Amino acid sequence: MPEKRIDIRGLVCPYTFVKAKLAIESMEIGQVLEILLDNEEASRSIPISMTEHGQKVLNVVKINDADWVLSIRKEKE
Amino acid sequence: MEFTEQQLQRYSRHIILPEVGGRGQAKIIDAKVVIVGAGGLGCPVGYYLTAAGVGTIGLIDNDVVEISNLQRQIAHSVNTIGMLKVESAEKTFKALNPDVNIIAHKVRISKDNILDIIKDYDIVVDGSDNFPTRYLVNDACVMAKKPLVSGAILKFEGQVTTVIPGEGHCYRCLFEEPPPAGLVPSCQEAGVLGVLTGVVGSLQATEVLKLILGKGDPLKNSLLVYDALKTTFRKVKVPKNPNCAICGEHPSITELIDYNEGYCSLP
Ligand SMILES: [Zn+2]
Repeated sequence: MPEKRIDIRGLVCPYTFVKAKLAIESMEIGQVLEILLDNEEASRSIPISMTEHGQKVLNVVKINDADWVLSIRKEKE
Repeated sequence: MEFTEQQLQRYSRHIILPEVGGRGQAKIIDAKVVIVGAGGLGCPVGYYLTAAGVGTIGLIDNDVVEISNLQRQIAHSVNTIGMLKVESAEKTFKALNPDVNIIAHKVRISKDNILDIIKDYDIVVDGSDNFPTRYLVNDACVMAKKPLVSGAILKFEGQVTTVIPGEGHCYRCLFEEPPPAGLVPSCQEAGVLGVLTGVVGSLQATEVLKLILGKGDPLKNSLLVYDALKTTFRKVKVPKNPNCAICGEHPSITELIDYNEGYCSLP
């Protein structure tokens, strides 16, 4: 079970990542963030950026025609 | 802190930097920076710190805008000639970012008012145009233990250094005393390539943001020298002088000094 969920459907770059990053910042190390999004580019770029920032991408799942769910575990402040 | 949607958009390019993030941007918004001089250096420093979202920016100057300033002092314009520089700059900065609280100190800085002004700020920026002020600001920052980002320009050369009292060197470790007034270029000789103020002011603003964020290596114990004609940057080591008259182990300067005027003003 994720500790936090955010819905960033409708947002585009860079606000997709801005929201995801702020959510991660507000969490504790070891906690999992679940991100619901509908921007195809963000479904690829957020995992890359999160990895670069030292976080662990657990899962990227396309849940229907339009939406993705990303699971990210906070590893680093 | 909770950002408004407008702040998220305005500062998004900061927030997505690993070294800044939401926390770093919140530090920037909470920071209080005071700039000595709203001229050649004070304009770009204040402009970029305003854009960055520094929450409180103090400006100290009692000069009015003249047309000869406009070759380099980019916060002023033909519409503000005759206006106090601090008010002209405040107008410009407010138009760029209305969230920033600009505090206009319409005074000539002196040994009698400097400590009282800087006590309310976290960081001091020296963008003054003369040696007496440069030494006064240095000494006051050492006494008040305020980090100081000092900049200077002349002709085609610029210098930047960051004084962190208790940690690194100070301006007097570098040059013990102001040069005699007669050795400083007269007004006719003291030209400056206007854009140089932008290079040096932007470097000063960068140093300020690094200090706020606590990231990177500030110009502590070093002086950066930019030569615009040669397009070179030289970083010169400046060791802390243990016998420095203000920051040394047994300081001989125990109260602030207003050196005599007679120096030419430039930036
Ligand atoms: Zn010193």
